[in-house]
Amino acid sequence: MAQLDISQKLTILADAAKYDASCASSGAKKRDSRDGTGIGSITGGGGICHAYAPDGRCISLLKILLTNSCIFDCHYCINRRSSNVRRARFTAPEVVDLTLNFYRRNYIEGLFLSSGIIASANYTMEQIVEVARSLREDHDFRGYIHLKTIPNADAELIAQAGRYADRVSINVELPTRQGLERLAPEKSETQIEGAMADMATVIEDGADARKRYKSAPRYAPAGQSTQMIIGADAANDRDIVRRASGLYTRFKLKRVYYSAFSPIPDASAVLPLQRPPMQREHRLYQSDWLIRCYDFSLAEVTSVADTATGMLPLDIDPKLAWALKFRGQFPVDVNRAPREMLLRIPGLGPTAVNRLLKARRYRSLRLADVARATTSVKKLRPFIICEDWRPLALTDSADLKALITPKPKQMELFAV
Amino acid sequence: MTHHVIRLDAPDDFDGWRDAARALAGSGVPADRVLWQVGDQPADLFATPHRAPVAPISPSAARLNVPRDFIQLARSVVLHRDPERFSLLYALLLRVLHRPALMQDATDPLRRRVEGLSQAVRRDMHKMRAFVRFREITMPGQDGDAAEGQSRFVAWFEPDHHITRTNAAFFVGRFATMHWSILTPDAAIHWDGTTLRQGPGASAADAAPGDPLEEVWKAYYSAIFNPARLNPRAMLSEMPMKYWKNLPEAALIPDLMATARARELDMIERSRAAQGRHGTAKVGR
Repeated sequence: MAQLDISQKLTILADAAKYDASCASSGAKKRDSRDGTGIGSITGGGGICHAYAPDGRCISLLKILLTNSCIFDCHYCINRRSSNVRRARFTAPEVVDLTLNFYRRNYIEGLFLSSGIIASANYTMEQIVEVARSLREDHDFRGYIHLKTIPNADAELIAQAGRYADRVSINVELPTRQGLERLAPEKSETQIEGAMADMATVIEDGADARKRYKSAPRYAPAGQSTQMIIGADAANDRDIVRRASGLYTRFKLKRVYYSAFSPIPDASAVLPLQRPPMQREHRLYQSDWLIRCYDFSLAEVTSVADTATGMLPLDIDPKLAWALKFRGQFPVDVNRAPREMLLRIPGLGPTAVNRLLKARRYRSLRLADVARATTSVKKLRPFIICEDWRPLALTDSADLKALITPKPKQMELFAV
Repeated sequence: MTHHVIRLDAPDDFDGWRDAARALAGSGVPADRVLWQVGDQPADLFATPHRAPVAPISPSAARLNVPRDFIQLARSVVLHRDPERFSLLYALLLRVLHRPALMQDATDPLRRRVEGLSQAVRRDMHKMRAFVRFREITMPGQDGDAAEGQSRFVAWFEPDHHITRTNAAFFVGRFATMHWSILTPDAAIHWDGTTLRQGPGASAADAAPGDPLEEVWKAYYSAIFNPARLNPRAMLSEMPMKYWKNLPEAALIPDLMATARARELDMIERSRAAQGRHGTAKVGR
């Protein structure tokens, strides 16, 4: 094979990495390079998206694989052993240089490094850790680093990854054990979850040590995340939300990412030909938000899934679906209702709820006040009571759904 | 009818605004009796033609206590391009002095309007941090020792508001050991590893193209795009076209969009053909 130059390798190894949905650079501790010998900073808060691809996804990190060669043969994966994609491999110094060169030009917030598994789990993990070590120690790089950890690599290597990285992740890959057995026969749920549990312990012990010793090292301050593929196996939305919720509580994950299965070059014959609607992934993220930011319980979210199919509605968001299903809870008096109930009003987010809570201490809110505190009052009206507004039994009318459901739009540019 | 004319040094002169506002409020001057201007330019569109300055107001007027979040809000609102910003802020100040709880009341129309200005400024600052693109330029060394040439990173950016100087701290903290310049139509900032200097506005041509890394970045941008998930609306809401002309990768967007569907269909077609070879396989449990 002819020698590939950096651009050619990058094309192959970014293409191989793009099925990982996460590109977040959030959650890390604030820092900068004023007192350092290198470059890099974390501003705290949400992280920065330096560009957006035409798929609407944020480009925040240089997201690449060290190599797309792999000893595994997972059906959903473009890099599986039996795929005939072109293979490439970066050396650790090449990745370090590329990261710094991109960072200096303000293209990225940092690096998200993953890898196909070559030789052994430990060997692969060592290579990944070496890149992060060199960035941190040789170049005093203070930007964001997200490392993918390899299940069944030694605990010591996993701990080192946590030492250098802001975030670590291991993908559970599929929402159910059966799905994993069928589509990734060489991976095991026990192994993946074992690695997650180990990492959770490393992070927790690290945080504990820092409480006692200021100088104790930080381990993955932005926590760990995971990803599962949607629509490649038979799991329904209820299975998926339940699995995600279990992962959040058992391993204290920061995020569970969903990646709607999409056609890949040289796909395995076991995969469905068509992708699931992108709207499905969107609805799952919304249900995830309801649990993490809107105080919904798992049971409340799954209650809006179709009893027979276990699927969330595609035409309306899960919060609106909940409100329609439990319309007896509405209308809600914005001048009196507790925070939890305000958060259940369709169209009202945590920011607007906080504004209303503050403002109502000083005055009794009228519809115009609510309008100023929110982005659109139109959607709220059937669900709220305020000083000068009470819906006319709208929540009882059977055609409420038709009234407030967004007009069907062609969600995808082209239906297959 | 007399007006106080307040002359501020620069469009982002927060200290000047604060000193004047403190003195005016201390003397009980109502908001509609103040005209704000930057340098010799009237800043307020509604300035009356009769601008007769009254006797200078005493700067040692009573100490004013305002909530800290008002100061934070004012610092960002001053950077907005809206010529009314100084007078809106002063009007809000008078009301906040009278009723500090106003800062908690997001439903008040004036408070909302000022908050809206602040949001626009914060978004602009965030987008500048995101979309500044440095180009490496190797400076020829002094007196012939070209090998010693120090490379410098230069960017051209067009912000909506007067944010360049305030945003400098972010770039200093991030690129502390680099030598860089960020050029904008109104102002420029230069960092040499120890000192931040300010300069006059510049033009796009001053950030010369030719950095070979831009081609590598474009290769990355193309490869990270998934043609099977084309969603231009989501891209445009976060990266509106007004930014495209200064983003090297944006030149690729039309072609990536135009070919996406064909690439996806090609992948599906190949899979179909492969499944035909392997016999039909269904996914399920």
